[in-house]
Amino acid sequence: MALTGTDTRLSVEARGISKSFGGVAALDAVDFELRWSEVHALVGENGAGKTTLCNILAGIYRADAGQVIVDGSERDFRSPAHAIDAGVGMVHQHFRLVEPMTVAENIHLGWPETPGVVSQRALNERAERFMAETGLHVDPTAKIWQLSVGEQQRVEILRVLARGARVLILDEPTAVLTAKEAEELFAVVRELAAGGLSVIFITHKLREVLAVSDRLTVLRHGIREITRPTEGATANEIARLMTGEERVLDVEHRVVTGDPALELRGVSALNDRGIAALHDVDLTVRSGEILGIAGVSGNGQTELAEVICALRDHQAGSITVDGADIASASVRAVTDMGVGHIPEDRIGMGMVASAPVKDNTVLHNYWTPQFSQGLTLNRQSVIDFAKQIVVEARVQTRSVFATAGQLSGGNQQRLVARREALVADRLLVAAHPTRGLDVNAAQEVRSTIIDRRDRGCAVLLISDDLDEVLLMSDRIAVMYEGRIMGVFDAADADREHIGLLMGGHSLSEAVA
Amino acid sequence: MILAIIENAFLSLIGSAIPASAVVMLAATGAMLGERVGVLNLGQEGLIGIGAVYSVIAVLSWGVESPWLAMLIGMIAAAVAGLIFAVCVVAFRASQVLVGLALALGGIGLSNQLGTNRNGTPIQTLFREVNPGGVLDDNDAVSAFFFHDPVVYIAYIGLPVVLWFVLFRTRHGMNMKAVGENPAAADAVGVSVTGWRIFYSVLGAALTGAGGAYMVLSFTPTWSPDIARGRGWVALAVVIFAGWRPGWAVAGALLYGSMISLDTTAQARGWGLPFMGASDLSFFLSMLPYVVTLVAILIPAGAVKLGRRVRSTAAPAALAIPYSREER
Repeated sequence: MALTGTDTRLSVEARGISKSFGGVAALDAVDFELRWSEVHALVGENGAGKTTLCNILAGIYRADAGQVIVDGSERDFRSPAHAIDAGVGMVHQHFRLVEPMTVAENIHLGWPETPGVVSQRALNERAERFMAETGLHVDPTAKIWQLSVGEQQRVEILRVLARGARVLILDEPTAVLTAKEAEELFAVVRELAAGGLSVIFITHKLREVLAVSDRLTVLRHGIREITRPTEGATANEIARLMTGEERVLDVEHRVVTGDPALELRGVSALNDRGIAALHDVDLTVRSGEILGIAGVSGNGQTELAEVICALRDHQAGSITVDGADIASASVRAVTDMGVGHIPEDRIGMGMVASAPVKDNTVLHNYWTPQFSQGLTLNRQSVIDFAKQIVVEARVQTRSVFATAGQLSGGNQQRLVARREALVADRLLVAAHPTRGLDVNAAQEVRSTIIDRRDRGCAVLLISDDLDEVLLMSDRIAVMYEGRIMGVFDAADADREHIGLLMGGHSLSEAVA
Repeated sequence: MILAIIENAFLSLIGSAIPASAVVMLAATGAMLGERVGVLNLGQEGLIGIGAVYSVIAVLSWGVESPWLAMLIGMIAAAVAGLIFAVCVVAFRASQVLVGLALALGGIGLSNQLGTNRNGTPIQTLFREVNPGGVLDDNDAVSAFFFHDPVVYIAYIGLPVVLWFVLFRTRHGMNMKAVGENPAAADAVGVSVTGWRIFYSVLGAALTGAGGAYMVLSFTPTWSPDIARGRGWVALAVVIFAGWRPGWAVAGALLYGSMISLDTTAQARGWGLPFMGASDLSFFLSMLPYVVTLVAILIPAGAVKLGRRVRSTAAPAALAIPYSREER
């Protein structure tokens, strides 16, 4: 850990910042100090107030109380434009880029310093100049939709830096990145800090905190727990401060020899753009085991989950659940066979965000006699069922009448995971079930999945978090470019081998 | 004999297509301005009516003697209607489709009501053809093609060139496109989505109003009920056909204008052809603009289906979607 933070002068100081939303305190008299030339990790669970604090520093929200001092003078930002004028810029978790426009155009959007009359060439030249100054490179003529997520993020960072930001705030920057892209980002961030900038790095991944930061601040329930140098801190200690308790899930791995619940034979399928995404995939998942799919996102995992749940047609091969072919089955028919699906895109596919929690709990079975008679819903039984799920899955919500969109990400996932687990008698397909969740929510969702397995359900777990795959799975299959590269029992799984297979090396190369 | 008929027909077709299309061109440019910032105004038909009727009122009742001033009055009237529309859909985020349809129907009704007593009264205050030195006479093929009034040149050359330059060569145009493609992104970099959307909706409505004014000040030149006769809808189709590009709008407007002229020419000359059992072609010709629109929409859609990305001719991504900062 290179310690660049020898400069102890403050770039940003927040004193006694409080902010509440609808009567609920998001921040309660928080102090925060940021030094020049440091990478400062802002750590906490979802809802701890990390993003709220940074939104105040970046002029998106205004604090209810407290002072923001930037480079020695007190500031009251009324808009992000004010903040950027004072040298504070933020890169949001959801990018704000215009897809059909080029990189150079996006960097120059809405910027008073962009010349009034411009040509593509002039914009490209200016963009290249900024890139040379900052050491960040993206093809200025490329359209945003042609870029990988990591490159898009670089464009966002370039846009902020080009406007003269000296304080860079990154909100959960690695949430959408592959491991390799994250490594590249760490290097960029270190370099910027070495060049004298201040960087706030919001995250809840402990390994990243240790890898990238000079100092760290832990927030919990809107209160600062600690600010300390990263050197000497341990992951366990930070986790304890974040959650207030130490909870580690201990999963017992099994070797199961029962009948296959799910069988794929030679399955091939196309992605949304009509390009082959799955090539000749053979997979077997037995009742009572978790088969984990390890792999970097975008190697066919999404399509795999979708063909199994009848959401996507396959071009070749057979998919059987309990020996029954699901080739021409509808989604409802597959659900009725006892297949549950925790989808990757929980807001878009897993729920109806604008509908109440109670309706979201019965999306699969609102039409069954349990919940309806003829054309009418039995309101009371839906409400009772929803209350039961909310209690069992510990979904924190004002009531079952609140819309699902009002729940935090962790609570949304608790709800979806529970609902799908109840449907899944035979097979549960869980795609990135803990992505973006804080430690507590992730543990609970994992417990729900393991509980299903222990009751004899087969589980297909897809995750790009290798730690999670290794922790949860009884057997592990590695996917690369739509192919299964190898399948291991948990006992024989070797992190390095799996890493090589995930990177496209063959099994023989990996073992050699 | 046959050749003479064809030549004659062709001349009269061209002669009427260019000014006929100028109305469509002005309305299409107006619609395109709004759509580029994400506001779909289906009320073009009503705006043409309002622009036309107020120009007629200016000339017949207020004694305005300059066609330019009469057109300006028509534009202002349409701009006021456009402002009401913009406040509804941008500030209050009402459905653009519903309010647009209301504007179309309401604008037609209002203009017919205001025009009731002025039906058929000839307008004397007209735009004059540019004819340098009077070199060519009225029936010459070249003059039919080249010599028109100044509004035609503004519509076909001035406006597209200016709009192309603004859209593709200025910072302002870049921000404009961003508002139409991804208002959240524009907002994040300090472009006022609400302000820009209202401004361009109003400016667009004024241009469409100019189209209506042009109809009564040069083309018809008299008020008659339902003056737009579908040209507002055709203008919306031209915007799609042109893929939201000003230059292509010229081609689109001319194509559609020719189809409209072909229809009127055919009716005027009584061209009869036994076609699908009908005794004349007019039903088919009246249908033609809409058939071409369907094809124009299906071609890019088909290209997408075939796996080709046709981004440059796709609609602005945020078209007809209200923007609110709080929602993601």
